[in-house]
Order: sequence, then C-alpha cells, then structure tokens
Amino acid sequence: MRNIRTRHTIGAAVAALSLITLSACGGDDGDSSTGAVDKLGENEGEVSILAWPGYVEDGSTDPEVDWVSGFEKETGCQVTAKVYGTSDEAFNLAKSGEYDVVAASGDLTLRMVAAGEAAEVNTDLIPNYEGIYDFLKDREWNTVDDKNYGIPHGYGANLLMYNTKDVTPAPTSWKAVFEDAPKHKGQVTAYDSPIYIADAAVYLMAHQPDLGIENPYSLDEKQLAAAVDLLKSQRASVGEYWSDYTKTQASFETGDTVVGTTWQVIANLIDQKKAPVEAILPSEGATGWNDTWMISSNSKSPNCAYAWLNHISDPEVNAQATEYFGEAPNSDKACEFASEGHCETFHAGDEAYAEKIWFWNTPINDCLDGRTDVECTDYQDWTKAWSEIKG
Amino acid sequence: MTLSSISSTLSRRPGIRLGLLLAAPLTWLVLVYVVALAALLVTAFWTIDSFTNELERTFTLDNVREITGEALYRTVTLRTIGVALLVTLIDCAIALPVGFYMAKIASRRSRHLLVIAFLMPLWASYLVKALAWRSLLSNGGLLDWAGGLVGLGTPGFGFTAIVLTQAYIWLPYVVLPVYAAYERVPDSLLDAAGDLGARPALTFRTVVLPLVVPGLVAGSIFSFSLTMGDYITVNIVGGANQMLGNLVFINSGSNLPLAAAIALIPIVVIMIYLALVRRTGALENL
Repeated sequence: MRNIRTRHTIGAAVAALSLITLSACGGDDGDSSTGAVDKLGENEGEVSILAWPGYVEDGSTDPEVDWVSGFEKETGCQVTAKVYGTSDEAFNLAKSGEYDVVAASGDLTLRMVAAGEAAEVNTDLIPNYEGIYDFLKDREWNTVDDKNYGIPHGYGANLLMYNTKDVTPAPTSWKAVFEDAPKHKGQVTAYDSPIYIADAAVYLMAHQPDLGIENPYSLDEKQLAAAVDLLKSQRASVGEYWSDYTKTQASFETGDTVVGTTWQVIANLIDQKKAPVEAILPSEGATGWNDTWMISSNSKSPNCAYAWLNHISDPEVNAQATEYFGEAPNSDKACEFASEGHCETFHAGDEAYAEKIWFWNTPINDCLDGRTDVECTDYQDWTKAWSEIKG
Repeated sequence: MTLSSISSTLSRRPGIRLGLLLAAPLTWLVLVYVVALAALLVTAFWTIDSFTNELERTFTLDNVREITGEALYRTVTLRTIGVALLVTLIDCAIALPVGFYMAKIASRRSRHLLVIAFLMPLWASYLVKALAWRSLLSNGGLLDWAGGLVGLGTPGFGFTAIVLTQAYIWLPYVVLPVYAAYERVPDSLLDAAGDLGARPALTFRTVVLPLVVPGLVAGSIFSFSLTMGDYITVNIVGGANQMLGNLVFINSGSNLPLAAAIALIPIVVIMIYLALVRRTGALENL
C-alpha cells in the first residue's frame, strides 16, 4: 500500500511538472514594428550578430585580432556572433528572428527588405556614417524607396586562388577553372551557391560577347543556359564545392584542391608552408560583395544594435575588420589606420575600380540591365539551375 | 491544497491521473510531430513569391510535378537510395558476425567491453566523426598512406567516401539490435541442433538466422532511414555530390514549398521500405 501511494505521488508530481513545462513553453513573439527610430535609449546589455566569418572577431581566432572586447567594455553590450557561409544560409538564419544585427551582401539585403526582416535605419543616430564614401551610400542594395536599411561595411572581389607549385604557368584568367579545369581534374573547387552562376556569366561576358550579357545578374533564359553549360562542363573537374571557408582552407592545405574561387581572408588563413597559394583578380574582372550592416526588424536589442553599427563603422575598427577579411574599407579615414598598402591593394575609394567588380545582387524577373523586351531569370531559377549543375 | 491531498484526490480518480500524466507528452507529440508533418505535407502544395519569399497559400501541384518530372530528382533519389542500401548492407554484414561473437562466444567481461566499444562512437559528436573521416580520406591522410602500401590511393571525396562514413556513423544502431536478438536465442537450441547432427552452417541458416532477422530488420530501418535523410556527411566528404537532404537544404531558403515536396521523397521511400519489411513478417516478431 505504501508503495502504491508513493507511486501515485510521483505520478502526480510528474503530471504537475509536465504541465508547468508545457505552460512555460508558450512562446511570446516580439512585434515587428517598422519605421526607423528617432532616438536611442539605454543599451540592453546584449546583441547577437550574424555575419560573414572574420567580421566579428573577439580574439578567439587570433589574440591579435579583436575589435569586440573593447566594444563590450565600452557599451556593456555582450556580443554573441554566428558566422555563415552563404547568403541563403544567412537568410534562413535571419528569418528565425534570433539575430539583432546581420552583415549582408547584395544578394541578401534586398531579400531581407522584401521579406520584412530588415528594419529601417536612421543614419543620423550613427555618427560614423558621415565619413563613409558617398559612392557606397544610397545604393540599390542598401536603400529602397529612399529608406535606408543599413550601413556600408566594405567591398571586395571573389578571387582566383591557386597552388603555385601545382598550377603552372601562373593563371591570369578564370580560364583556369573553366577551359583549363580538366588539367587539374578532381582538384578544382567553386563556391557552392546559386550566385556562383554569375561568375560563369562574368567569364562569358569576356569570352562569348555574342551572348550579349551586360550584367551577370541579369540573364535571360538563353544566357542562363550558356552559363549552366559552362558550369556543367566545369563540374566534371570539380573535386568539391565549398561554402564553409574552413573546409576550402583545409582542402588547399592538404592538396585535395589546387585551384578555385576564394576570398582574400581564406588566402590569408592558409599556412603557406603547407600549401604555397596565391590569390589574384583575373583579367575578366570578378564578382564581389558589397556588404551592409542591417538591423533585424525583430531585434530585441535595437540600442545595442545601433551601438554596434556605429562601432563597426568607426574608421579604426573598420580598418581592422576589412583588412582582416581582405576587402576595401568604407572610408578614407579608415585608410589612415590600415596597414600601408592595404587601401592601394584593394583600391579603396577608387570608384572606377569598384565599377569593374560585379557586386552580388539578387537576380529578379525585371532585367537589372534595363532590357524590357525579355524576361530575366530570377533567383529561384538560379537555385534550380544550380542543383542541376551539381546533378 | 497540500501535495498529499492532491495526491490522494488523484489516487481516487485514475482517469484524471492518466489524463494529467499524458496531457503534456501527447500535446508535444501532436504539436511537434503530427502538426509539423502535416504542415510539411501541406506546404508542398503551396507556392512562393519568388522575391519576397512569402508563402502563397494556393493549392498547386507544380512542386510535385517538378520532383516527379525532372531528371535531376530521379538521379539524386536513386543515388540516395543507393547510398542507403549500401550502408545498410555493410552494417548488416558487420553486425551479423560481431553480434554473434558478442552474444554467444565472448566471455562476460569481454562482452561488456565490446558493447562499450560499439557504443563509444555514439558519445562523440556527429560532426567530429564526419570530419575525422574527412581527414582519413584526404590527400596524404591515413587511407592514402595505407592504400599506398598496396598500390592504391585514397578513394578521395565522393560516393565511396559517403558510403564509408555513413556506414561507420550508423553502425552502432545496427549492431545493438542484432546483438540483443542473438542474446535472446537460447543456447539450448544450438545444442539441440548440434545433437541432431546439423552442421554449424545449417544451424545458423535454419535456427539462428530466422530468430535474428527481426533484430536485423530493426537495425536496417535505422541505418536506412537515417542515411536517407542525411546531408551533413555529404557536405563534408561527398565531394561535388548531392543527396536529397542537400536539395532540401538549398531550396529551404529560396523555395520552401519545393523543399517540402523534395522532403516527401524520402518519406515515401521509407514507407515503401517499411511496407516491404512488413511483408516479410519480420515486424511482428520484433
């Protein structure tokens, strides 16, 4: 009898407990108000940031590389950072509403705005905004209907990296990963995202002018098919695609990969003793990124988010961050803090040079190059094409 | 009301007691499992605004038509089933002798050690195991070195690498049920078969195997279905290959309904697998 009573008591306790658990699990959804704030309040104590690798460094990767600790001390906002490998991945993560700040490239910003995930930003509340290059402000990837959705961070190109021992003579053209790819069959790599189709389009612009590609993000069906054909023939030589930067880093170091697309930061991270690599901007030009710090429309820490936007566009911090990633900073002032030659290497502030980089953009049905007689392929078409290329 | 008065009330009313006990787990089951699965099924018949990514809740068969019509999905489905079958075969081939040894031959002490040894990989993170295989398979890795001794290189990243890695990762899920099935085979049956003059091979085929098949089937359901849904291993060691999971992943950002439709493929395949297994009668003996 005693035993049975005990069992019933335990049963009742478990039942009560599970009910408590249930009621505690009822979520509360933060309301997503739009419209920019006009003044800032007290910092909330924490801010979560979604960014490209190398954008939010607190010294844990390299003790010398740290522009987060100072910010935390100064503002009292504890930073939690999450890195992502492709804009698609970032879009999925951003939609979870768990991130206050997102560093987004041009193939993501407009999708964020269209999906109502980005909050309008009042640039008056960010003192460092003033010093930023004018040609980065109010561009189609950060401003929609005269409303600003973020702060320019920096820009750069997707480079061609090769192992100098294995790939000779040194390539100067993207031909190394297209026509010449069979020379290194199984050791070629490419960026694993539909947006990589634009890289093929940049190559076709230079080598097959009769296709009439004016903008690699604005491809009609025939032009997309040509890019897909090129990438399908490349596929036969590709050892693996990469979206995780540490994977491609390891792959170059072990020699599994010897040539392919990369970012400057990956080239910097590779141990030259393990694999002597060189990263170049090929003669055809390249695709690239032009990144924007955005605030989530679901942010629970908007004040800390503003504080971060101001901190990261501080010339000294911006110089550190952009130099570490390997891209041009967002202001002339930042160049004063950057190492010698950095701004020259990345042509910071050189508008004419920036014109040559095809910054990531979101392909949409209305042709971005202004054609009206034909419908262009959109990002969904590109995603489908990308799956088909990989097969 | 004190806890003891609550408990005495509850002890007098078994209905309320049962209701309270099951309320939370059942709510979870319905919400998390049934509703989520239903939402997935329904989403597959919706469409999406290509730019804003907003779901458009109008019924359409486009996604289903696409996944059944396009060659891409056929290729990837066949590849995924192929990997799942190979992984299941390899795991069963290892589990049958290993399970027999553990249950019938090994001493008590070494039996415990073996069980622990087979469970050990489960304590390590999935990612660590997949990445370990990446370094084993890479250029200059252990397999490259060992293969070099007999004149072969590493299989490299690709189909073979996926099969090897998945077979390793899901092995404990097959070994344990098979081992448990062997445990339940009474030693006296083996003795009786021997007394009646059956050779070991005949005893195994006619006495042991029929009793072990349910365990084998249970294990194969694990290895088969877990492999069908995997996409991380493919990303790490799969080279340029993709499986169904990768197609779901790449579409989940830009086209959720299509991703949901693709996710239906492994569900259908596993249901067919379960139906086939059921016809063998193995499920009733579980």
